[in-house]
Amino acid sequence: MEIFSINDVRKSFSTQTDVLCGMSLSVQKGEVVAIIGPSGSGKSTLLRCATLLETMDSGELVYEGIKAAWNGPAGNVVYAPEETLKKIKSKFGLVFQNFNLFPHYSVLKNVTDAPICVQKRQKEEVFEEALTLLKKMGLSDKADAYPFQLSGGQQQRVSIARALAMNPDILFFDEPTSALDPELTGEILHVIRDLAEEKMTMVIVTHEIEFARIVANRVVFIDAGVIIEEGNSDKIIRNPENERTKAFLRKLNL
Amino acid sequence: MGLGLMLNKLSEGMATSVLIFVLTLLFSLPLGLLVALMRMSRHKVLQNLMRIYISVMRGTPLMLQLLVVYFGPYYIFGIKLSPNYRFWAVIIAFVINYAAYFAEIYRGGIASVPSGQYEAAKVLGYSSSQTFLKIIFPQMIKRIIPPITNEVITLIKDTSLAFAVAVTEMFTVAKALASAEKTMTAYVFAGVFYYVFNLIVAFVMENIEKRLNYYRL
Repeated sequence: MEIFSINDVRKSFSTQTDVLCGMSLSVQKGEVVAIIGPSGSGKSTLLRCATLLETMDSGELVYEGIKAAWNGPAGNVVYAPEETLKKIKSKFGLVFQNFNLFPHYSVLKNVTDAPICVQKRQKEEVFEEALTLLKKMGLSDKADAYPFQLSGGQQQRVSIARALAMNPDILFFDEPTSALDPELTGEILHVIRDLAEEKMTMVIVTHEIEFARIVANRVVFIDAGVIIEEGNSDKIIRNPENERTKAFLRKLNL
Repeated sequence: MGLGLMLNKLSEGMATSVLIFVLTLLFSLPLGLLVALMRMSRHKVLQNLMRIYISVMRGTPLMLQLLVVYFGPYYIFGIKLSPNYRFWAVIIAFVINYAAYFAEIYRGGIASVPSGQYEAAKVLGYSSSQTFLKIIFPQMIKRIIPPITNEVITLIKDTSLAFAVAVTEMFTVAKALASAEKTMTAYVFAGVFYYVFNLIVAFVMENIEKRLNYYRL
């Protein structure tokens, strides 16, 4: 079953033209897709278009068969009405590079507030689920702490719990370890690997190539706004066919 | 005149000063937020109107604004107002003046909340009013307490400007007493009053700041 697809997305900014030049990506249920590529290649912009943080110039965006955006007759992109988008927003979660936790909320409130106030779910049920999630993230004793009292790795685990508390069908990660000290990346990668084992559908933008090879079913290599090569993660990373992919991986292995 | 009588008279003025202070804050703090939101709105006309309003309020003396509010209705529109209007003219002038300063403080506070906070709220599905009230507003408050304290302290001293339209606040009384009694005593008391008032306000604001220390931005 297809959870998410983005088709022929194009996007340019006034400061930088053609960030995305017709990219398409489809993700099946339970699949883990890693997006790799040099900085400025459009990885993050793709994720931001997928999560409705950025509007596309043209293209189509579909979640579980429901269209979030499509090409209008005038050549511009038409976004679905607010109500539909609200429904779609509950289908995905996004984990930011800089965590973006709410500093004035405790860890528990960060995780529970949106399910209670946005999804209007029962408080008791949400709290119970949140505590289970925090336990899973190894943060049981931090429920009452505030984000500034936590390490970067702990903050990122809270933000993963916050995204999971919304019960999304797909989880996007935008370079989840890039803001962390090297010794803290391991704990985040570990959490993501556990989620992959539970068959959580995920799209991960990452620079951790070895991690991508192990955890992802599929790797997508992006450069200059287009998909250069994609396929089985082992194959793409160990035996890439395209010259640009080879050059990129070679640079990383220096 | 005995010291007791003098203090008695001064305390009446004191009450008026405190009342001007309280009423000004009560109305200008919320009005300032409204002005800030309009100033930051996408509506160009509204945005420019607020820009002009803030610019005029900050660019002209408060005493002049006070005189315009007090005399304006009569000289411009020929409206005769009761003597009670004196006091309300002071409140109106102070409120619109302070709202402009507060608006700029709010605006700075709102602008300093990182865009990631808006993005996180958006992805989690918060509506824009929820985002403002639950996520942005509390963080803004924490950031603006120090500049707000500055303005509030200035306001205490500014209440003495009410003497320009003969509202008998603290300073007016002190001045009258000083010239009648040919002594500085009333001024000394007035000075002590303003200083103690400021100490209390600074103490209160510091406590608010401390209360918000349970988290860091």
